[in-house]
Amino acid sequence: MSAAGWITMLTAIGGAAALFAWCLWRVLRTPGATEHIHAPPDIEPADQHRP
Amino acid sequence: MQSWSSRLGVILAVTGSAVGLGNFLRFPGLVAEHGGAFIIPYAVAFVVIGMPIAWMEWTMGRAGGARGTAAVPGVMRVLGGRPLYGYLGALAPAIPVFLCGFYLFVEAWCLAYAWKYLVGSAPGATDALPSFVAWIGAGQEHGHLLGHGAADLWTCTCIVVAINLLIIWYGVAKGIERVCTWGMPLLIAIALAMLVRVLTLEPVEGRSVLQGLAAMWEPRDMAAKLSEGKVWLDAAGQIFFTLSVGIGTITTYAAYMKRDDDVALSGLTAASGNEFCEVALGGMIAVPAVFVFLGGAYAQYTGSSIAMGFFALPGVFEHMPGGRLFGFLFFFLLFIAAITSSISMLQPSMAFFEEALGWSRRRAVALLAAVVLVGLGTVMWGSRDTVAIDTINFWAGTLGIAVVALVTTLVFAWAWGSDAGIAELRRGAEIGLPPGLAVCMRWITPVLLLVILAWFAWGELASLRQDKGLLLALWRDRGAQLAAGWMLATFALYLWIAHRGMARWNALAAKEPA
Repeated sequence: MSAAGWITMLTAIGGAAALFAWCLWRVLRTPGATEHIHAPPDIEPADQHRP
Repeated sequence: MQSWSSRLGVILAVTGSAVGLGNFLRFPGLVAEHGGAFIIPYAVAFVVIGMPIAWMEWTMGRAGGARGTAAVPGVMRVLGGRPLYGYLGALAPAIPVFLCGFYLFVEAWCLAYAWKYLVGSAPGATDALPSFVAWIGAGQEHGHLLGHGAADLWTCTCIVVAINLLIIWYGVAKGIERVCTWGMPLLIAIALAMLVRVLTLEPVEGRSVLQGLAAMWEPRDMAAKLSEGKVWLDAAGQIFFTLSVGIGTITTYAAYMKRDDDVALSGLTAASGNEFCEVALGGMIAVPAVFVFLGGAYAQYTGSSIAMGFFALPGVFEHMPGGRLFGFLFFFLLFIAAITSSISMLQPSMAFFEEALGWSRRRAVALLAAVVLVGLGTVMWGSRDTVAIDTINFWAGTLGIAVVALVTTLVFAWAWGSDAGIAELRRGAEIGLPPGLAVCMRWITPVLLLVILAWFAWGELASLRQDKGLLLALWRDRGAQLAAGWMLATFALYLWIAHRGMARWNALAAKEPA
């Protein structure tokens, strides 16, 4: 693989990993994270228990 | 003090929501199709289009929920200030229903492959491609599957449809999503083990892993590739598909959040987790593997980007210790991830039907089931060269999502106002926002989207003059016509439903937020 290929690969993977690691660090150091930070899996639609 | 286990639970939920078919199946197919140069428009699309629009959707959904609407057309009408935005917003819940037309079929492939690995009948590296092409009816005429489809494919398709409908009928999505919260980290762990195996594969017929990596990452023909509108549209479409942007899901789920819940860090964590799984795992496993085992010959059999994993990954499992167990776990967990995605993809339509028509949940489920089953039947009928899947995947999964994203941007940054929108995004935010975000949302994102759409249209017209391209396929192939006809008829139905709900949303627009 050429130098351009290595640079592209390492930049893309390194960038994605660094951004994800930073986000995890912010979630872990955020007080009350479980109350304020959400994703669709832990959000229950209001109509879920209506017939 | 908040325990580490509950914080870990948040991380698992957020990361788990990010993993899906787009990471392990669709992305590798696009990279293999376009080559290493694809990464550049893909990265640009993530930074200046995908992430800003994801934040817009989280923010608009939470603001819409505070005003009493979770349906995307309602949110667009209430925040945009004009009924026109409500009608344009009707495309948002329609797009995921279009995608479900083939998504359920792909879910059935995952379940069937899990079964094949469990009972020991999975294909090996050499017969993976021809057996898969024959199995899904891609090598036969349209309609072949309806009369002569494999029993395991039909059984798994029926099971998948039943599971999806039962979950939304009984409203038990929470249960399956709890399974997903712990199952997805396991899927990531398995993917890491597969990555190690792929990177240590011996050369096959002179093709090494390093050459496979070069095929993925080397920016060959960069100038030519970057001058193609379709490459940019595919990159933006993949970002939207994988981040679930432009399909109304984020907006609808965010509408059920509390007023001061964070949306900035939530959105960024889900997106970054998704990118890590996609770039560092999904692409790194499938693309080098398909190169080593097949040498790029797959392109002559099928052009479907989402199918590649099914003939690339069996080779990896065949060459790793405990490959049968890993194969079963991988495809089964991918099936679970896909189930959670399809359930969340149906929720925008559920909220839309219930609000606009004043229907009960179960009545809404019945209508939605009818629409989706017609689409699934269309996909299974138009199986030759996977033309029905590719038609829906492109016109809805790439072009349609880009149009919804453009409408979202116009409503957020122009009709509602970028200042009001940014202030709402800052509410409860656990992180600071990047400088220049308002300028990006108001100018860069919509202008880039418009340029990409115009560029693509120009390229397609040029292709048409040369007697090729996507428009021509739509003109000549019965499977493509049937898929397009189903999408058009469904969108007409959604416009009529939006019309029925407009009076309710007009009244909500006149009220102050709760």
